Amino acid sequence: MKTSKTARCLSVLYMFLLLFMTTGCADKYLVLNPKGPIGEQQKDLMILSTLLCLIVIVPVLILTFVIVWRYRDRKGRKAKYTPEWEHSTALETTWWGIPVVIITLIAIITVRYTYSLEPSKPLESKVEPITIQVTNLDWKWLFQYPEQGIATVNYVQFPEDVPIRFEITSDAPMNSFWIPQLGGQIYAMSGMAMVLHLQADEQGEYMGSGANYTGKGFADMYFTAKATSQEAFDQWVSEVKGTSAALTLDGYKKLAEQGTSDVRYFSSFPEGLFEMTVTKYAASHNHGLSVKARKEVRIEE
Amino acid sequence: MAQTHSNAEHHGHGHEHPDQEEMRTFAFWIYLMTDVILFATLFATYIVLQGNTDGGPGPKDIFQMNGIYASTFILLTSSFTSGLALLAMHKGNRLALMNWLWVTIFLGASFLFLEVNEFMHMVHEGATISTSAFLTAFYTLVGTHGLHVALGLGWMIILIIQIAKHGITPVTKRKVNIVSLFWHFLDIVWIFVFTIVYLLGVK
Amino acid sequence: MWDKAKEFASEFFVTGDPLIYGADVSIALTLIAIVSVLTYYKKWGWLWREWLTTVDHKRIGIMYILASVLMLFRGGVDALLMRAQLAMPELQFLPAEHYNQIFTTHGVIMILFMAMPLMFGLFNVIVPLQLGARDVAFPFLNSLSFWLFFSGAMLFNLSFVIGGSPDAGWLAYPPYSDKTFNPGYGQDFYIWGIQISGIGSLMTGINFIVTILKMRTPGMTLMKMPMFSWSVLSSCIAIVFAFPILTVTLALLFIDRYLGGHIFTLDGGGNPMMYINLIWMWGHPEVYILVLPAFGIFSEVAATFSKKKLFGYKSMVFAMMIISVVSFLTWAHHFFTMGSGADVNAFFALSTMVIAIPTGVKVFNWLFTMFRGKVTFETPMLWMIGIIPNFVIGGMTGVLLSVAPADFQYHNSYFLIAHFHQVIIAGVVFGFFAGLYYWWPKLFGFKLNERLGRLAFWLWNLGFYLCFMPQYALGLMGMTRRVYTYGWDKGWFEMNLVSTIGAVLMGAAFIVQVWDIAHSLKKMDREGTQDPWNARTLEWSIPSPAPFYNFATLPQVTHQDDWWEKKQRGWSAPAVELEPIHMPKNSGIPIIMSMFWFFSGFGLVFDWLWLAVPGFVGVLACMIVHSFNYKPDYYVPVEEVQRVEAAARRGSK
Repeated sequence: MKTSKTARCLSVLYMFLLLFMTTGCADKYLVLNPKGPIGEQQKDLMILSTLLCLIVIVPVLILTFVIVWRYRDRKGRKAKYTPEWEHSTALETTWWGIPVVIITLIAIITVRYTYSLEPSKPLESKVEPITIQVTNLDWKWLFQYPEQGIATVNYVQFPEDVPIRFEITSDAPMNSFWIPQLGGQIYAMSGMAMVLHLQADEQGEYMGSGANYTGKGFADMYFTAKATSQEAFDQWVSEVKGTSAALTLDGYKKLAEQGTSDVRYFSSFPEGLFEMTVTKYAASHNHGLSVKARKEVRIEE
Repeated sequence: MAQTHSNAEHHGHGHEHPDQEEMRTFAFWIYLMTDVILFATLFATYIVLQGNTDGGPGPKDIFQMNGIYASTFILLTSSFTSGLALLAMHKGNRLALMNWLWVTIFLGASFLFLEVNEFMHMVHEGATISTSAFLTAFYTLVGTHGLHVALGLGWMIILIIQIAKHGITPVTKRKVNIVSLFWHFLDIVWIFVFTIVYLLGVK
Repeated sequence: MWDKAKEFASEFFVTGDPLIYGADVSIALTLIAIVSVLTYYKKWGWLWREWLTTVDHKRIGIMYILASVLMLFRGGVDALLMRAQLAMPELQFLPAEHYNQIFTTHGVIMILFMAMPLMFGLFNVIVPLQLGARDVAFPFLNSLSFWLFFSGAMLFNLSFVIGGSPDAGWLAYPPYSDKTFNPGYGQDFYIWGIQISGIGSLMTGINFIVTILKMRTPGMTLMKMPMFSWSVLSSCIAIVFAFPILTVTLALLFIDRYLGGHIFTLDGGGNPMMYINLIWMWGHPEVYILVLPAFGIFSEVAATFSKKKLFGYKSMVFAMMIISVVSFLTWAHHFFTMGSGADVNAFFALSTMVIAIPTGVKVFNWLFTMFRGKVTFETPMLWMIGIIPNFVIGGMTGVLLSVAPADFQYHNSYFLIAHFHQVIIAGVVFGFFAGLYYWWPKLFGFKLNERLGRLAFWLWNLGFYLCFMPQYALGLMGMTRRVYTYGWDKGWFEMNLVSTIGAVLMGAAFIVQVWDIAHSLKKMDREGTQDPWNARTLEWSIPSPAPFYNFATLPQVTHQDDWWEKKQRGWSAPAVELEPIHMPKNSGIPIIMSMFWFFSGFGLVFDWLWLAVPGFVGVLACMIVHSFNYKPDYYVPVEEVQRVEAAARRGSK
């Protein structure tokens, strides 16, 4: 058992190494460092479910170690040896019971959160939400602000403490829209307008990404999501309006071609561009998925 | 040594040679299960996509029900004649068995002929496999059934040759049993095709 | 003319990458080496008679295992290339296109062409021996299954040097895998490689269900059957239900690509989400198909090396059956973020969690098999013990992922990557390793080196934790899967570097294993290989390697763990009169038919009907020829049985 002993020492050593690395700097853990109500609740849920799991896992790990150690075969062993013992109703009921209880607990919590955190559910807030329409293109994100009349590429700005209603579609293979510090992701799919409600409680710049693989330029689909004060946001809008060019229909077609893109601003965009993108693919359906998309589009109209 | 053990005690059980023909029949039932899942998947796809005509022709525009009624009748009859073949086999009547199989083949071929005709007519009308999701799903589902029928026909012809060569033996018996099982199965699948694709389609 | 040929060649062969030229050269050299060695030693006839046309389940099993080790090497190199590219931010080692192809082939090869055949190899070698049977129910079909798998795997691997590799991920989600976005040949190689080998898997499923239900030796009732055979049964039931769905899904994708269909396309009314649903209806059970036999192996190993009966046999059987059924009801947990609504998400979250219950029960049963046992730590048992913490952690992160609203944050991140590698490597692959070390003496009739085995075990485990624990952290840092590079500003550098070091350690562990095999092959220690572990089940009652007919006379079983019971009673085999043994004849049809499948697949990839159509005609012709064969078997005369038995006893005792 010589090898295993040295190996055991080694494993302890590098467990410490791991611990050291994981405790390095907490800011890096975007998901565990949320800046909005949705991300906050999701973090709570993650921690809660982890703790519930650990209630079983930790004793099992200890038990494994104790059993393996205590019942190892060696000379002069005092521990009992019962080669025929293979069944105990009481014991087996116990360990059907323990996971059932824990899983039931996690299940109840999960179901409650599944309904309360349903992404299409509007957030409770005294402030009117702001709508931002997101289109996934190969390989860039187009953001349109229907209320402000401006558009941006690979950059999105919004006021803090204001619920944001993201409407998300795709004019390219399916992607996933994710701003980890604000909350979970949702797929960007053609022919549908997915709704995702998020909110930033703090000013700051947050990383946004495309989380679902779409090909060559996929790794370049990061964008910055910046939360500012309402005044700064309004000022930014008027700045974009005043200084940038307009996005024309032809311009959109060019933008939709495969390729990556820098941050861009547009003072306006073609009327109904987002709805057109959605219905372009939904039009071929008579029912099924398009019903949802149409309903959602209609709400907007 | 262990490898030389065993003794007289198990000779009475008759387990020494697992019955090959019975095992084959059993395996064929499992195969049919997998085919059920295959068709179930195709049906599910068809049901999801049947409304997605992309502005092209829908079920009502292209299905000609008279032909479908005729082919349904023909296929159901062929299932009956394959049953008659089985009866003849159990009576040990080799000639009747082969003749009923020929009748079944003839009916199956007529069914296929009608189906190919239907497809050709539809393609002629401009309703091809690449016209819309509905049509892709339609051709795939009905075509897969047709492919099964075609394979069944070839299989029966080969079987007739074997019966002519070997007569009615446990092996050919099992083969006829299996092929007729297959044929009844295709019949049942067709009833679903007929109902879900055609009857509900033109309703 | 010359220009035309050049143009064709540049499209046909993959060009422009030194890595691929290197592969071209090494493939050519290996082929030349194999061909010349076989020719020089005049071994072609031997190869054909003894291996390529064999219907012996043990040899087929060994060929499966060999092929899977080759594929493990290829998939492992893919993994190391990826880890090298990600070791530091903004590395230029692999361009995006190449990286995308590599993660795709890594996934496909590891799941379908490494884990599956390794599993089938163990099924083949062990199940008939455990059941006291002379072969599987359908030996011809079994050989065909293997050769179909092999053709599929070769077709898929060929894409590396001819036509170009697929790059749409291991499950090839449309619309990205549609012709519009993916016009190359790679995706078609993917479809036909998997399709052809998938037919083989389906037939193996049927074959083993019948074998287990109909071929057990007298006295072995279902509830006396060894746990590994039970696990194979539950896995095969899942195969039979899941694989037809894969067949249809890939066929539909091919119709879209080849005939311009619109099932999954963006235009024409297609529905890409259909594909995602269908592929996971197969894909999720597939994971359990792989892990159930590993559970069976743990059970056998735990009982053998604790010198104690398996605890809670009935619970174990019941748990596996629940898992194989419920695994069909959980597929949508792979895409909670599709926005199917709270009802759907809640349902699939719950069904996923339900699976954790029987899995947890199994862990407890293994623990209590060791409890009050006499635990020894030979290599197979080391793997078994090492797997428990590993699999328990992987299972826990699985439950975490199933919490639907939290999954919105885990999904598509490295957290997910770490989770499924933990259950697949630490559950499935380590499980199969345990099985390989355990049954190795039975398979080949010589023992592996314990020291090297232990070294490989520690290296694998150390490497595994180093590689994948940091990936959980990376996921929580927001690193998404399938990115070929990342910036310095992200703060992902340290963890990625550690992860790469872990991957290298696992690569080293693989080399140690190969070394172990080579070393032991040279030493050829045959001493006591008949029953080296003092084990419990029938396969250990016959010589190693088993004679081609397995059992000279079929054993009569009276107990669960019958061989152990017999040893306890001091039982010795009574002398009996041998009878001629009924055995299947070898057949060249499976390999020829699979070659025809290969040609049809290859023809369809390149849209060469002149090749595809004759290919299909050849397949049909092979079926017909086989159908006319009324003498597929023969009898082994008693004298030969006596001769083989005597020789075998000399060899392994």
